[in-house]
Amino acid sequence: MASAALDGARIIRWRRRSVLPGFGLSLGYTIAYLSLVVLIPLAGLGIRSATLGWDAFWAIAFDPRVVSALQLSFGAALIAAIVNTVFGVLVAWVLVRYRFPGRRWLDAAVDLPFALPTAVAGIALATLYAPNGPFGALLMSWFGVKVGFTSIGVTLALIFVGLPFVVRTVQPVLEEIDRETEEVSATLGAGRLRTATRVILPAMFPAILTGFALSFARGVGEYGSVIFIASNLPYKSEIAPLLIVIKLEEHNYAGATAIATIMLVISFAMLFVINMLQAWSRKWFGHE
Amino acid sequence: MQVRAENISKRYANMAALDDVSLTVGSGELVALLGPSGSGKTTLLRTIAGLEHPDAGAVYFNDRDASESRIQDRGVGFVFQHYALFKHMRVMDNIAFGLRARKTNKPSESEIKRRVMELLDLVQLSGLDHRFPSQLSGGQRQRVALARALAIEPSVLLLDEPFGALDARVRKDLRRWLREIHERTGHTTLFVTHDQEEALELADRVVVMNKGKIEQSATPDEIYDTPATPFVFSFIGESSVIPVQVGNGRATLDERMLDLEVGNLPDGPAQLYLRPEDVAMVTDGGPGIPGLVVSTRRIGGMRRVTIECGLARHRIEFDASAEVTIANSQRLQVRVIGGRVYGAGSEGYATEKLAASATSDFKWAKAEGWLDR
Repeated sequence: MASAALDGARIIRWRRRSVLPGFGLSLGYTIAYLSLVVLIPLAGLGIRSATLGWDAFWAIAFDPRVVSALQLSFGAALIAAIVNTVFGVLVAWVLVRYRFPGRRWLDAAVDLPFALPTAVAGIALATLYAPNGPFGALLMSWFGVKVGFTSIGVTLALIFVGLPFVVRTVQPVLEEIDRETEEVSATLGAGRLRTATRVILPAMFPAILTGFALSFARGVGEYGSVIFIASNLPYKSEIAPLLIVIKLEEHNYAGATAIATIMLVISFAMLFVINMLQAWSRKWFGHE
Repeated sequence: MQVRAENISKRYANMAALDDVSLTVGSGELVALLGPSGSGKTTLLRTIAGLEHPDAGAVYFNDRDASESRIQDRGVGFVFQHYALFKHMRVMDNIAFGLRARKTNKPSESEIKRRVMELLDLVQLSGLDHRFPSQLSGGQRQRVALARALAIEPSVLLLDEPFGALDARVRKDLRRWLREIHERTGHTTLFVTHDQEEALELADRVVVMNKGKIEQSATPDEIYDTPATPFVFSFIGESSVIPVQVGNGRATLDERMLDLEVGNLPDGPAQLYLRPEDVAMVTDGGPGIPGLVVSTRRIGGMRRVTIECGLARHRIEFDASAEVTIANSQRLQVRVIGGRVYGAGSEGYATEKLAASATSDFKWAKAEGWLDR
């Protein structure tokens, strides 16, 4: 009796009266939709790879070729996300803070990597950075760096496709930042560097982290643009998604799903950590 | 620290925000910049702070040209209407920000802490040093903003509509409290407001601005009693305006003589400005301007009556005793016992304080037909 009353009270507290009706309906729809579109397919992935059994699964997971592909996929995505974070914030800053002719065009151009079929991007990059392409030849003769058909090329492609994520998440937050706080900072005697690091950056930090996470996630999953600029040599410039495709073409469905499951687990773990960081930073910086 | 702005001009696109404005704020003085929005008062304040660069003119702190120094070195405490607190910092760190940013004689961290606690005490927020700004009320946030500005021991304190975002009750409290702080710390203070009540109550001197120019700079009493221009008259307090003709030292309305002497005003059209207390209802049956009551409303202990009079139905507002019952559409008579006439003189406005005349040629009041149009 007592526990039933307690449950009742809890439900009442949980379902506060709100000006927006339809909480039950919309939550139910959300869960059903997420299940159908995301959770069930992913569970299917897990089940499929489970048919392998542990031994076969571990054998695939620690296959040197798979390990090096995963290393490349996650490593290149991480480097690309870091590069994108630095330069994406810069691009967002320029677009928000300055007024110059052609700003709108530049603003629209940021979205191009979103809009282009990734294969187009891959072909364009491969043409430019191939050892005999205009940029590739220059880099080769000046610095002796080979970009096309190497892991550097992979990173370059991931930078290309991930840039809009950082710019588009940081831009609106930057627009919202109160100019007056910067002015106050100046009147209080803080120089530009201090204002940037102590006033502006902390306010942007959660957005930057989100942009980083999105760019990283996109990089891990990217396939289309990478396969053109990477030579796809096993152990050298072969990314994990490509390995999955290769396994599929060999009709090794269990092997493909095993690699997919490993990617899923690692991605999930990293996004989880980033989310925790974000929650922590929000609290730390008083956003809540 | 005396602050002097000399011949400041500033244009935005095609609009002059400031048109050759000069202003001096004496050391320790509390001055209000009062004006409607778009009058240039905030631009002037920001120019003094160094946040805007004037197209012409210069700002002097004592006798040093401040235009040459960076904002960071001017030592101005600036308080914004919307507080502009650093949201990601606790109250304590907000207030300590200016001290920590110092390059020369930066106090030790324990000294900073002591100073912050002192300031929190001054702004009556002791114990809230670990809160974030989002955990404070509007009034508390503005106090933090003021403490943060005071922390750098500013040579001048500039406040841009400091109480504009707060509700009426809090505004009144903070107003009194700011006055107390000013008396205790003695900072040279300049604040912007569009609230005449705030300006008149708080400031030693009120500077009324309009369209990028200073209309009048005087004590609150002078501003109210001897407004220099029609703008000041109508911006401060309640007022009714009636167009009159001036001739031979008398003012006429619809070719009927008013019982007013207008002194040395040149002949021609002029504007008669009346405050509610400049008009009295005639109750003894004596002569007066006949009018038709269009509305009455209760204001405190008085009844504010609006009547229409004259052929063009000019509206006049005046206060009657609350005990007198006055109904809409009632006819009554009023006498003008004060007010000012502004005529278009060669140097701007000629103005005369009016006095009720006791002359006997005031005969038109009971003239028939005026109301029966």
